[in-house]
Amino acid sequence: MLIDQFPAIVVAVPLVAAALCAIVRNETACWLISLVVAFLCFVGSATMLGQVQEYGVPLSYKMGGWAPPAGIELRVDLLSGYLLVLVSLIATAVLIYGRHSVRAEIKESVRGWYYAMYLLCMCGLLGIVITGDAFNAFVFMEISSLSMYTLIALGKDRRALAASYQYLIMGTIGATMYVIGVGLLFTITGTLNLIDMAERLAPLLDTPAAIAGMAFVVVGLSLKIALFPLHLWLPNAYAFAPSAVTAFLAATATKVSIYLLMRYLYTVFGFSFAIEQTPILEVVMVLSLAAIFAGSFSAIFQENIKRMLAYSSVAQIGYITLGIALANAPGLTGSLVHIFNHAVMKGALFMLVGGIALQIGTVRLSDMAGVGKVMPLTMFGFVLGSFSMLGVPGTVGFVSKWYLAIGALENGWWWVVALLMLSSLLVLVYMGRVIEVAFFRERPEGAPPLKEAPKSMIMTAWVFILACIYLGFDTSFTVGVAQQAVDVLMGGAQ
Amino acid sequence: MRGHLILRVVSKLLIPFLLLFALYVQFHGDYGPGGGFQAGVIVAAAFVLYALIFGLRATQKVIPPALLEVAVPLGVLIYAGVGVVTWGLGGNFLDYGMLDSHDPSHGQHLGILLVEAGVLLTVSSTMLLIFYTFAGRGR
Repeated sequence: MLIDQFPAIVVAVPLVAAALCAIVRNETACWLISLVVAFLCFVGSATMLGQVQEYGVPLSYKMGGWAPPAGIELRVDLLSGYLLVLVSLIATAVLIYGRHSVRAEIKESVRGWYYAMYLLCMCGLLGIVITGDAFNAFVFMEISSLSMYTLIALGKDRRALAASYQYLIMGTIGATMYVIGVGLLFTITGTLNLIDMAERLAPLLDTPAAIAGMAFVVVGLSLKIALFPLHLWLPNAYAFAPSAVTAFLAATATKVSIYLLMRYLYTVFGFSFAIEQTPILEVVMVLSLAAIFAGSFSAIFQENIKRMLAYSSVAQIGYITLGIALANAPGLTGSLVHIFNHAVMKGALFMLVGGIALQIGTVRLSDMAGVGKVMPLTMFGFVLGSFSMLGVPGTVGFVSKWYLAIGALENGWWWVVALLMLSSLLVLVYMGRVIEVAFFRERPEGAPPLKEAPKSMIMTAWVFILACIYLGFDTSFTVGVAQQAVDVLMGGAQ
Repeated sequence: MRGHLILRVVSKLLIPFLLLFALYVQFHGDYGPGGGFQAGVIVAAAFVLYALIFGLRATQKVIPPALLEVAVPLGVLIYAGVGVVTWGLGGNFLDYGMLDSHDPSHGQHLGILLVEAGVLLTVSSTMLLIFYTFAGRGR
C-alpha cells in the first residue's frame, strides 16, 4: 500500500529533491521541483493525519525494514501529524509567496542552492517531527539547522552573515546539550526509541543521570526554541534573513523544537514526573512570562520592523511555553493551538513586511510614512494581522489566549490571566506604532512612487490573513486536533 | 613549485598509498569500524596534501570545483536512490534485503556497499570543497 510508505516519503522525497536542485541549479526548475515536493508533502501529511484521526492508532514505519526499538521508527500520531501539516503547509505557501522576493533579494548565482537548502531545511523539520528516535531527531535537527544557517546568510544585508554565525554558535551549543542529554538517557535505558525509552525510564526517573539528562535536553531545546533568556540569536537572524526565509523560519523552526520539548516533558519523562518531582515547569513558567514581557518591551523600541516582529515572536513563544507550564488540558490545548495560530499570523505578517521590503527597499519604520495610502492591501492586511496578534475576538489570537486563560484559571493562577491581558496592551503599542506611521503620516515630499507588492505575494499573505479570521471562528480543525493530541500527551506513552 | 625535492618525492610516493588506505577503510566499513565518512576524509586528505605541495591550481586542474559541486549532491542522490530502488522493489525505504531476490543477506551487502559509496563521494568532495574555498580566498 502506498499510504504505508507516506511517513518515509515526506522525509525522503525532499532530500532527493534537494540533491536534484543542487545539481540542476536552474532557478525556475528548482522552484517548480520545490513547489511540487512541498505540496506533495502537504498532501501526504494531511492524509496521514486524517488516517490517524479516523482509526485512532498512530502510524509506525520501520525504516530500512528494521523493527523498533532497535531500528529507527517513524511515528505519526495526532500531535506529530498536526505539526507535519503545519510545516508542509507553510513551506508550500512560502514557496508560492517567495518567488519575486527571492529574485529581488538573492543573487542569481546562488538561487538554485537556495531552493536546495530550503528543501533540506523542510526535510529536517519534517524529520524532527516524524521520527520516533531520539538520536535520529538530533540528526534531523542538524540537517534543518545547518541549512537554516545557510538560508539566513543569503540575506542581502552584510549583517546577515554575522547573524547567521551567531545563530550557528548558539544553535550548535543547543544541539550539543541535547545530544549530551540523549547520551545520558541512553546510558541508563539502553534505547533510543522514545516510546521504549519512556517505558524503561519510568523506574529510573529519580536517578541523577535521568535528571541530568532531562536538564540537558530541556536547556538544549530551549536554545533552539529561543526561550527567554536564550533568545538572543533570534532577532538578528529573523531581521537580516531574506524575507521569504524569515516567513518560513518564524512560522516553523521554533515550533518544531517546541514539539520536541513537549514530547520529552510529557511522553518520555512523563506528565506526573515533570510536574511533581522537578521544578522544571515552574522554571518554564517564570521564563515564559519573562519572555512575554521582555520580548514585547524590546519590540516597542525597534526601528526595523522585521526585528520588531522577531522580538514579538520571542514574546509569542512565551505564550506557547506558558501553556506547556500550565500542565493542564486547556493550557496545553492553548499552547498547541497557538503553535498553529502564531505560525499563520506571524507568517502572514512577515510575508506582508517582505512585500514592503521589496517595494520600498528597506524595512525601517521611518521609511514607511504614508505607506498605507499607496499600498492599501498590504497595510490593511497588516492591521488585521495586528488585531489577531492582539487577541481581538473573532481572530485566532483570541482563541489561543482564551484557552491559556482558562488553563491558568484552572490552576487558580488568576494573576497569570491579568498578566496575559496586560501583555496584549504591549502588543497594541508596538503594532500600533507601525499602523500610526503607515496611515496617519504623509509620505515625504519627493518620495519615489510606490505600488502594491506583486500579486503572488499579496495573495498568499492574504490567504493567511483570512485564515487568521476563519480559524478564529471555526476552530474545529485547530482546537479539535489539539484537544485530541492533548489527550495523547496527558495519557503519557501510548 | 621548484625545490623542496624531498617533499615532492615523498608526497608523490605517499598519495597512492593514502588513496589505497582510503579504499581499505571504505570496504572495511561493511564488516567493522570504517566506512564512507572516514574513507572520504582520507581521500580528501590525499588531495589536500597534493594541493599543499604542488599548489591549488594544479589540484584544480585534476578536480575542478565545478565537478565537486556536482559530486556533493550526487553522493546524496546515490544514497537516497538506493532507498528509492527498495521502494520500487516493494520494501520499506532503505530495506537493503529487497535488493537481492534470492538471498536477503546478499541484498544487505549490496545495499551497504552502494550507500557507503554515496557517503564517500559526498564526504570527500565536501571536505575538498571546503579546502578549496578557504585556500582560494583573496585570489
